[in-house]
Amino acid sequence: MENTKKERTGKVIFSEYKRGGGIIKAVSMKRDEILFELKNSKLKGRGGAGFPTSTKWMLTAASISEEKYIICNADEGEPGTFKDRVLLAEYPELVFDGMVIAGYTIGAKTGIVYLRGEYEYLLQPLKDYLEAMRKDNLLGKDILGKEGFDFDIEIFLGSGAYVCGEETALIESLEGHRGEARNRPPYPVNTGYNGKPTSVNNVETLATIPHIMLKGSDWFNSVGTDKSTGSKLMSVSGDCEKPGVYEIPWGTTINELLEMVGAENTKAVQVGGASGFCYPKSQFDRKFGYEDAATGGSVIIFNENRKMLSVLKNFMEFFVEESCGQCTPCRIGNTKLLEGIEMIEKGEHTFTYINKLKDLGSTMQVSSKCGLGQSSPNSFLSILENFKDEVLNYNNGGDNGGI
Amino acid sequence: MLVEEKTSLAEEIDFLVEKIGNDRSALLPILHEIQKKYRYISDYAQQEIARHLRVQPVEVYSVISFYAFLNSEPKGRNIVRICRTVSCEMKGKLALEKAIEREVNVKIGETTKDKKFTVEYANCLGLCDVAPAMSINDRVYTRLTPEKAVQLLNEVK
Repeated sequence: MENTKKERTGKVIFSEYKRGGGIIKAVSMKRDEILFELKNSKLKGRGGAGFPTSTKWMLTAASISEEKYIICNADEGEPGTFKDRVLLAEYPELVFDGMVIAGYTIGAKTGIVYLRGEYEYLLQPLKDYLEAMRKDNLLGKDILGKEGFDFDIEIFLGSGAYVCGEETALIESLEGHRGEARNRPPYPVNTGYNGKPTSVNNVETLATIPHIMLKGSDWFNSVGTDKSTGSKLMSVSGDCEKPGVYEIPWGTTINELLEMVGAENTKAVQVGGASGFCYPKSQFDRKFGYEDAATGGSVIIFNENRKMLSVLKNFMEFFVEESCGQCTPCRIGNTKLLEGIEMIEKGEHTFTYINKLKDLGSTMQVSSKCGLGQSSPNSFLSILENFKDEVLNYNNGGDNGGI
Repeated sequence: MLVEEKTSLAEEIDFLVEKIGNDRSALLPILHEIQKKYRYISDYAQQEIARHLRVQPVEVYSVISFYAFLNSEPKGRNIVRICRTVSCEMKGKLALEKAIEREVNVKIGETTKDKKFTVEYANCLGLCDVAPAMSINDRVYTRLTPEKAVQLLNEVK
């Protein structure tokens, strides 16, 4: 399987789809029916947090307001993730149709795509695509002749801040502020963009919806596992022959994926990007899914020659830079974890201090204000746990004593 | 800043406010445009934007200082960003970075004397499958070798 659009195959997202198909089906249905279908599909947010999409939409639909918003979160910043880039560049019909269906279901008239600044080269092609949709009456007034259904999409360009992928930080950014996460509650479904009910959905979640509309929730449920229905796009990079985006049914094991992408002599797999967990060989039979190895889709593969401490240092440098700095556990915590890694690198660490840092990591997980600080210690804790001998003996010649 | 430059900047901001709007949510799009055209947002521009949007200039500054792609200090005419994320690092980012540093004679984060280049890190350009990657202004380049990267820089005006 070569990783280009022509040869990409998959059971759900990469299955055949014609622009507008999902919208035609959706406007022939009642809003309740769409919500019921979604609930039955058990679709969960594909960004990583896994919140049930139907619940989010129901709450937004139930909020009473003249104005509502649907926001497509295309601020894909997690290291090792690039599925949204592929979706927006090659399958914009799925993402935009998903947004139109969302607009119809929750009663929003405006959709906003928050496109990360690093993807600025996608801006013009996407704008052209929206223009073509307007011509076909897939956007605009009385869409497809459905009276009173007005909806349009605009694109907002981000400015290079990882934390804006967090939904309340994203909304702050849209409103022209620093991208600092808000306290919750109130949730965006009641009080979101400009204080109006807002549903923020991942690019991949939205791209799945037109397929569910057309083929139904039972078909969707036939793919994947009981708790994790459907499929997932995996962004695979690192030490393998064929890096790229792969659509796999939930429930696929790490081993199966490694085989698919031609990875050999694999020592470790980082699942979920820098904020995810690092699995050693002994756990390669773990399954991708919300109930086991949960992920937003980033898979980074490391072979036997890689130094896990250097990998960890790279991740922590990322978090030190990207922490927005408003809450102490994240601002100071990440810095302290990085300092600890540098101590290990120089061989200046004590076990007592490393244990303190592990406690600090657990504290950050519960006390940080948003997902960034809550998940940034994951890689630190899992690499220190799973590659203890290698990491702590970095300066003593590695885990074989240097001989 | 020359009076003439000031006037043209003020006119530009007037035009942008007219086009995009004068509420707070117009702030980032306006800053984007100014950044793109002038490659930084000067104190004067910040004050003008603040006046139009009816906020304090320090509010505008606080927003600029938050985002990696907005600057309040002048930078080079071309911004080179080398992706520093682990997937690129595994595919030879260090060699790329060193070659570029030697070629244009600055360290990461600095601007060349002739103001042609500013070289920075990027935190994941989302091109991990075609690593190593870098961007020059708003274009991205993938599967780079040090040689190819330097050649690309030489082609830039």
